[in-house]
Amino acid sequence: MSSLNMAEEMSVAIEQRAAVTQHPTRPFLWSIRRELWENLSILIAPLAVAAISELGFIIAAIRHGREFFAMAARSDGGSHDLIAAPFVFLAVGISLTMVLVAIFYSLDALYGERRDRSIFFWKSLPVSDLTTVTAKMAVPLIVLPAVTLMVVIAANILLLLLGSVAALLIGGPGLHLLWTQVPLPTIWLELAYTLIVTTLWYAPVYAWLMLVSSWARRAALLWAVLPFIVLALFEKIVFNTRHIVELLKYRFSGQFAAAFAADPHIPHNHQTTIPLSWLTPGRYLTSVGLWTGLIFAVVLFAVMVRMRRYREPL
Amino acid sequence: MTTCIEARGLRKTYEKSVALDGVDLRIENGRIVGLIGPNGAGKSTALHAMLGLTPFDGELKVLGRDPWNDRDALMRDVCFIADVAVLPRWIKVSQALDYIAGVHPRFDRARAEGFLARTSIKRNRRVKALSKGMVVQLHLALIMAIDARLLVLDEPTLGLDLLYRKQFYDALLNEYFDGSRTIIITTHQVEEIQDVLTDLIFIQRGRIVLDTTMDAIESRYAEVMVQPGHADAARALRPLRERQVFGRSVMLFDGAPLDQLQQFGDVRTPSIAELFVATMDGTQEATR
Repeated sequence: MSSLNMAEEMSVAIEQRAAVTQHPTRPFLWSIRRELWENLSILIAPLAVAAISELGFIIAAIRHGREFFAMAARSDGGSHDLIAAPFVFLAVGISLTMVLVAIFYSLDALYGERRDRSIFFWKSLPVSDLTTVTAKMAVPLIVLPAVTLMVVIAANILLLLLGSVAALLIGGPGLHLLWTQVPLPTIWLELAYTLIVTTLWYAPVYAWLMLVSSWARRAALLWAVLPFIVLALFEKIVFNTRHIVELLKYRFSGQFAAAFAADPHIPHNHQTTIPLSWLTPGRYLTSVGLWTGLIFAVVLFAVMVRMRRYREPL
Repeated sequence: MTTCIEARGLRKTYEKSVALDGVDLRIENGRIVGLIGPNGAGKSTALHAMLGLTPFDGELKVLGRDPWNDRDALMRDVCFIADVAVLPRWIKVSQALDYIAGVHPRFDRARAEGFLARTSIKRNRRVKALSKGMVVQLHLALIMAIDARLLVLDEPTLGLDLLYRKQFYDALLNEYFDGSRTIIITTHQVEEIQDVLTDLIFIQRGRIVLDTTMDAIESRYAEVMVQPGHADAARALRPLRERQVFGRSVMLFDGAPLDQLQQFGDVRTPSIAELFVATMDGTQEATR
């Protein structure tokens, strides 16, 4: 009888164990959080670039603020151009930082955990290789662009406030120009568009770097870059052509030709901001380069998940 | 379901060497198993196969699952310390708690906090700022707070001083093991786990050379300090091994009749270390 009771208790215990479930996105979100903990540069780098730029603008305002506002006021007609330049400068600088951070993040993403053997710890938890690699891939593709957009918006607002203080102290047309001639929503919209366009275009680049990081035993940067240099040299020597160089150039800058086009009906007047009508999302979405790149990225991603499963610590 | 681990013809070959050469194994639930073998015998490979860390040939089921194809699901019921110091060095103690609480449905955070409260480990410290002993304490606190059915420990106390090692096994036995869980331990410090184990497995060159319960060892093996006059008679019973201690022969017998052995001298149950040395072929390599 007692053994029967025990058997019953055991089956109850097993049922209770089976009852423990959790939402499937939880491991994914925690995996992303863990990437942010480990790679503080994801947040710190754009913030640092923003902070140093703001400091630069403060110093510039003290030294040349009066001349700057006067110059911006004179060049009327295309006048929002010059007064908007510092705001666009922030957007461009922080975006370039994002690409750099994404490159170095990707190169270490699946390498670091093998180097310090912590992969044994991560794999002792119920998080699949697919979830882990997806979370790591989401950092350059989603987290970094989102962080960049938010930091640029915050930095632009801060710059507007700092500029207003400077304009008040200096006097003259500065304050009016800042609050009427800086098309911040347009800048932010165009920035968001550029970030999406660039990130999707670079997806195979990040995926390649991450794949190398999942596979290389050492010197991931060398393995990532050297094959292309060797192939380009080989091609030049043997065939005297430069297809590989062109291909790389296309992969790193082709998104601009596909996603933006000068509208001949709207004069541009050498401005730093561009009219919204120059954005060509339709052409970008139908470009061959985007889709071949994305297919390539998906294939690399699948290989990466497999590598995460098979690779052992260094 | 009483079988925790079942392996049949488990094989693993690397480019130039065979790590596991057809291992057959069955470990029941509720056992504490010592997996002992010389360096390179295949201990870690066997554990890694069980934990889904490495692919293998042959059949292997852990808690009814295929560890290689089902690792993430299996890890809800299995915990392991696969190596010393595998906690990421950058992680803060509080982050480790947060993360495991986030991803592990069977992690009891309050329990982990309770274990940590007894140590001098501070929540805001990073792993890299902790001493080696503290890292093991932290890892054990995290692992013991998970309601797992199988715990695998690969050299968990390597490089720790005697005090920490003692604490480690005390905590494991008194606060973790409840009779229904299964624990597998590999270590070179066999004398420390002598009283902890219920089962013993010796592995050598990828093969299992001994698979027994500790109770069976007592009834099967005997070590005799043979009195000088009886040496030849004792040797006739074919001891596994003979060694000299203070000029007298100490012989280890497998399955020899006890009443006969008692005539030769003092009889006692051999230690795991003695049994290990006697079982391994190359004694030089084994004692290293």
